[in-house]
Amino acid sequence: MSGALSGLRGRVSPNLVIAVVVLTAAAIFPLFRPPLDGFVDDCILALAYVVMALGLNIVVGFAGLLDLGYVAFYAFGAYTVGWFSSDFFNKVNGEKGVHVLAGSFPSSLPGIHLNFLLILVVAVVLAASAGVVIGLPTLRLRGDYIAIVTLAFGEIIGRFAVNGADINISGYKLTNGRQAISPVDQIDLPGIKEFDSAFSLRPYYWFILALVAFVLFVNFRLRDSRLGRAWIAIREDEVAAASMGIPLVKTKLFAYATGGALGGMAGAFLGAYFNSVQANVFQFGFSIFILAMIILGGLGSIWGVVIGAVSLSFINSYFIPDVFNSVPSKLGLDFDLTQLSFGIFGFLIVLMMILRPEGLLPERRRKMELTEGVGSDESVYEVRA
Amino acid sequence: MAFLLALPVYYGIQDLRDDGNLARLANNLFSGVSNGSIWALIAIGYTLVYGIIELINFAHGDNFMIGSFVSFSLYGTLGLTLATGTLGLVGGLLVCLLVAMAVCGTLNVMIERVGYRPLRNAPKLAPLITAVGFSFILQNVGIVWLGGSQRSVPDLINAQHVIVTPLGVAITNADVLAIAVTAPLVVLVTAFISRSRIGKAMRATAQDPEAARLMGINVDTTISFTFLLGGMLAGAAGLVYALYQTSIWYFQGFTAGLIAFTAAVMGGIGNIRGAVLGGLIIGCIQQISDNRIGAEWTPVVVFAYLIVIMVFRPRGLLGEETREAG
Repeated sequence: MSGALSGLRGRVSPNLVIAVVVLTAAAIFPLFRPPLDGFVDDCILALAYVVMALGLNIVVGFAGLLDLGYVAFYAFGAYTVGWFSSDFFNKVNGEKGVHVLAGSFPSSLPGIHLNFLLILVVAVVLAASAGVVIGLPTLRLRGDYIAIVTLAFGEIIGRFAVNGADINISGYKLTNGRQAISPVDQIDLPGIKEFDSAFSLRPYYWFILALVAFVLFVNFRLRDSRLGRAWIAIREDEVAAASMGIPLVKTKLFAYATGGALGGMAGAFLGAYFNSVQANVFQFGFSIFILAMIILGGLGSIWGVVIGAVSLSFINSYFIPDVFNSVPSKLGLDFDLTQLSFGIFGFLIVLMMILRPEGLLPERRRKMELTEGVGSDESVYEVRA
Repeated sequence: MAFLLALPVYYGIQDLRDDGNLARLANNLFSGVSNGSIWALIAIGYTLVYGIIELINFAHGDNFMIGSFVSFSLYGTLGLTLATGTLGLVGGLLVCLLVAMAVCGTLNVMIERVGYRPLRNAPKLAPLITAVGFSFILQNVGIVWLGGSQRSVPDLINAQHVIVTPLGVAITNADVLAIAVTAPLVVLVTAFISRSRIGKAMRATAQDPEAARLMGINVDTTISFTFLLGGMLAGAAGLVYALYQTSIWYFQGFTAGLIAFTAAVMGGIGNIRGAVLGGLIIGCIQQISDNRIGAEWTPVVVFAYLIVIMVFRPRGLLGEETREAG
């Protein structure tokens, strides 16, 4: 995608080649695995986390607003799919349900059933508005005070998700609380056979891969847009940015809204992929998990964030449970490592951070700040041209 | 500020109408203060560390959990049981307190040395992530140590025993213990930081590390010392918590850390008196909410309070200009 930009400048950069090769390889590899492969499942999760991490990167990496409550947007996205694509509102329309472009199977069920593309739109709108609401009280705050207010919002939303079963709004519960909203409809795209995660994970994989490609494109275009430059200016120096005529309120709220929208998108996808929306996952630890991805990858660097998200997600869902825990048995030792997986995850985070404090693939601008005087000014113009 | 009083005043009026006196509210507030004094001890650790290196030390809450676990294990080592006499109990608990403080202080210093010091010149958020990593590691240590579920602790001090009830407020052994440990420690730490030479070095480093270094202050030692102090207070809080709640588990540090961090910010981060005030206020809000609204909504009430306070007092209740803002 950065390649697309350099393409505009009339030459093919090595980045473009790498991006095309990686994307192609990523697109065809599930064909060589069984349809219900566990590794493809891990990949789907990793890609969904990439979307979330790219969203959080806009808020924290570009605009420099530390957000510790990102899980709220996950919740909004997931509940959008839970509310509008299951039999949760089972009494609407005289128990016949409301169906908008829903697949053939859900069309016969009670409740509200929207097509997944509509769900995505609703999730984006809902999460973006939530982003603005969360952003408003932080406008006067600085630095880590922003962090605690966003954290507070995340916790409040998480609590509402858990306690939602006790809230009654005109005959309907707000959520099902710890009892999941389930089953949620499978994704159904116009013109393509309905997805079915019981038979093949491939459609889900390709869908989220396409979503990642789209989100990457949006991210690169945003970063180089007037708005993106305004975000970076605010991150570098808020007072200077304001005196250069950047409208702080609008720019910051846009950052929260855009970041939230991407989180909502990924949340809706995960809700549909898991076929259920369960309140237990919307906890502070999840926000920290996503934040660790973007800091580990390289704050503000889009490819860095992708690498960070993929690597942390794989460490968590593939490397530790599937590879690492089998080491003792391979060596012939009778020793259970599963009990230690949490600590090993922590240890790996510490290790990676100490070895690469600026992230795995730091943003070029930031790298230059850190090694002042080493980089030449010329490369700045090249990147920003 | 008026908002802060909304909850107590509302329920006070309700009490007066229903019971004709304020005993229930007074009970809530008193147990809130004793409960909040534990949060205050932990919050001081957050605020000290934040004040000096502007790091939200996510591992701090888990350090407090280790404090609880150390005390619990020491009961067995020292042979403290329900049958131990008063004098032996006081002596034994004092030993527990000192050991827990020493262990947690040392642990905190070691974490700083390994996880934060190498990142002193790294981007600001890098140590935040190592802190999260250490928090995971400590939680895993907790799981391996005492298992993944709640563990009940011998009720050595007979925590719920009511000593006196002046004006209808029930004062229990647990309340006395919490306040008797917290108050002297807070006074000591405050005095230490405002009077002693190294306290002065801490304040100087917090204001401007570069200038402090130029004045001949050993910044690294000073920062280590700050972590030692914070860790010791967390250890003390760990013991008090174990005696007070009579139930511990590996995840307690995470929740307590969140509350204590909230308390530190509410009071104005970097400010010790603010941290204590924030802890006490949150303790009171929690008790009122637990008692009247329902424990499952307590976090919502606490965090809603926090947001409103932040909107009207962006630097916390007693906050001053931070280095970043100045």
